[in-house]
Amino acid sequence: MGMDLRLPIGLLFLTYGVLLAGYGALRPHDVQGINVNLIWGGVLALFGAAMLFLAERLRRADKRGAPRR
Amino acid sequence: MHVTAIDILILGIYGVMVLGIGFALRGRMQNSSEFLLAGRHIPAWTAGLAFLSANLGAQEMIGMAASGAKYGIATSHFYWVGAIPAMVFVGVFMMPFYYGSRARSVPEYLKLRFDEKTRAFNALTFAVMTVFSSGISMFAMGTLLSLLLGWNIHACIVVSAVIVLCYIALGGLTSAIYNEVLQFFLIVFGFAPVVYLGLREIGGWQGLRARVPEAYMHSWTGMGSAATNPLGVEWFGMLMGLGFVLSFGYWCTDFLVVQRAMAADSMNAARRTPLIAAFPKMFFPFLVIVPGIIALGLTMNGVPLLPTAAAGGYDYNMALPMMMARYYPAGLLGLGLTALLASFMSGMAGNVTAFNTVWTYDLYQSYIKPGQNDRHYLLVGRLTTVVGTAISVGAAYMAMRFNNIMDMLQLVFSFVNAPLFATFLLGMFWRRTTGHGAFCGLVAGTAAAAGHYQLTATAGGGSLVDKLAVLRVYPSDMAQNFWGAIWAWTACFVVTILVSVATRPKPDAALKGLVMGLTPHSDDSAVAWYLRPALLGIVVLACTALLNVIFW
Repeated sequence: MGMDLRLPIGLLFLTYGVLLAGYGALRPHDVQGINVNLIWGGVLALFGAAMLFLAERLRRADKRGAPRR
Repeated sequence: MHVTAIDILILGIYGVMVLGIGFALRGRMQNSSEFLLAGRHIPAWTAGLAFLSANLGAQEMIGMAASGAKYGIATSHFYWVGAIPAMVFVGVFMMPFYYGSRARSVPEYLKLRFDEKTRAFNALTFAVMTVFSSGISMFAMGTLLSLLLGWNIHACIVVSAVIVLCYIALGGLTSAIYNEVLQFFLIVFGFAPVVYLGLREIGGWQGLRARVPEAYMHSWTGMGSAATNPLGVEWFGMLMGLGFVLSFGYWCTDFLVVQRAMAADSMNAARRTPLIAAFPKMFFPFLVIVPGIIALGLTMNGVPLLPTAAAGGYDYNMALPMMMARYYPAGLLGLGLTALLASFMSGMAGNVTAFNTVWTYDLYQSYIKPGQNDRHYLLVGRLTTVVGTAISVGAAYMAMRFNNIMDMLQLVFSFVNAPLFATFLLGMFWRRTTGHGAFCGLVAGTAAAAGHYQLTATAGGGSLVDKLAVLRVYPSDMAQNFWGAIWAWTACFVVTILVSVATRPKPDAALKGLVMGLTPHSDDSAVAWYLRPALLGIVVLACTALLNVIFW
């Protein structure tokens, strides 16, 4: 395959998440009583981190030579 | 909408990421099959999400939210009736012939199954259609961005086209597919907060129910007659026209989507591709239609979200952008705009990559310069990306200047598309179908669609051409469109059978792998039960049926 797609997806969403959450924390802007940038940034960061975790786990499994599904 | 530095930063990061994927893949593009067919090594889940994304153009996102505001939950018919069953059918029943034949494109399958003229007809119409539709969506996107953000429409068109051009020219179909998966996640994460915040403001689902007319909250109630539902079409026309002819015609024969499944790494993966796509697809109404209904509910209750259209009534196309403007502060707005741009790019890349393959293999290699070495065709593929994008940009400018010509073209394309599924159905499942039969059927079906349009009208609607005579007046454009498709399909089906019976079929030996009965059954016994296409298909259909019942 050459490139694991989870890597760019994870990178992009982690970057976006940190950026949005950071922005939300520094400049809180409530919509419907929610600091949307902070909360949604957190969700994006979690998703990005999960994708990176999966990519890393697969990379290690590949290194050990375990069969890939 | 006011865009700030952080929004631009988010858009910029997206641009860098999609180009980065193209660059990372460029070394792998050593031959034309890598470039145009992704080397057939895409895993099922990647192909599945790309299959879905290629269809999710910006027009779809904006248009479905608009239809949600205009017609309510009934818009979900375009998903639960007009997409899912056809996606299951192409995965479970048709993919064994597409993938098993080793054809490189849908037109090439037609050549293997029928003859040269049927392929040429399909390849030519498809090639023209794809570049023009990508031009039309480019124009729509440019208009939207210039309207919303005051950006220069020319810059919007050129910059987005150049980005798509770069990542496809660098990494070919693989790059388009990888980016489509990225775009899928961006679309979901970019639009989801609109739904949540909108529902929160309007008082949840119950609040929404209380604020829009009852008919907007049901998908089937009122479908007994065209007069009792917002779509203006009765259940039979909807089920046969949309649910059968148009939906199967698109999802089962359009190379734009089928190409993603054909790039999968195995027969099982190819068959699962549309099924994997069907799971998120069935929930998309909540992401795109519900914001439209919320916009209507708010507008009807003193929050003037939907602007008034020049012709009277609401400007429904503004539903999604206005919702984003209402709820998204700086930061989240950047993400929403990125999602909009991602949906546009995924749709355009789908068009460009499908055009590349059909032009290079089905037109150039077959009729213009056969017998060259593979490096030649790789080069042609890359150049076609440039030329195809340039024609699309040209088409976008044509749409800007002559709106009517583009509407006219789209109408003509719909005539060509409507009968196609009859040709494939007979070709794949009846070995007696002949090339002459298929070709005559296609021509007859196209003629029937054009004739139907000439002889019918819609109540209160205008027409692009002068009518010869009006034999029937439909209550809505949608009813006319669905019934036109039914006539076209029937004409193609009947004429193909009649001409096939009168002409000589191909010998069985030439049809191996192309027709049912002469193709070995795909053996799923070696794969885990949860990876078996038939079972996945049943689960998808059961979930869809359940959604229909819940929102009846």
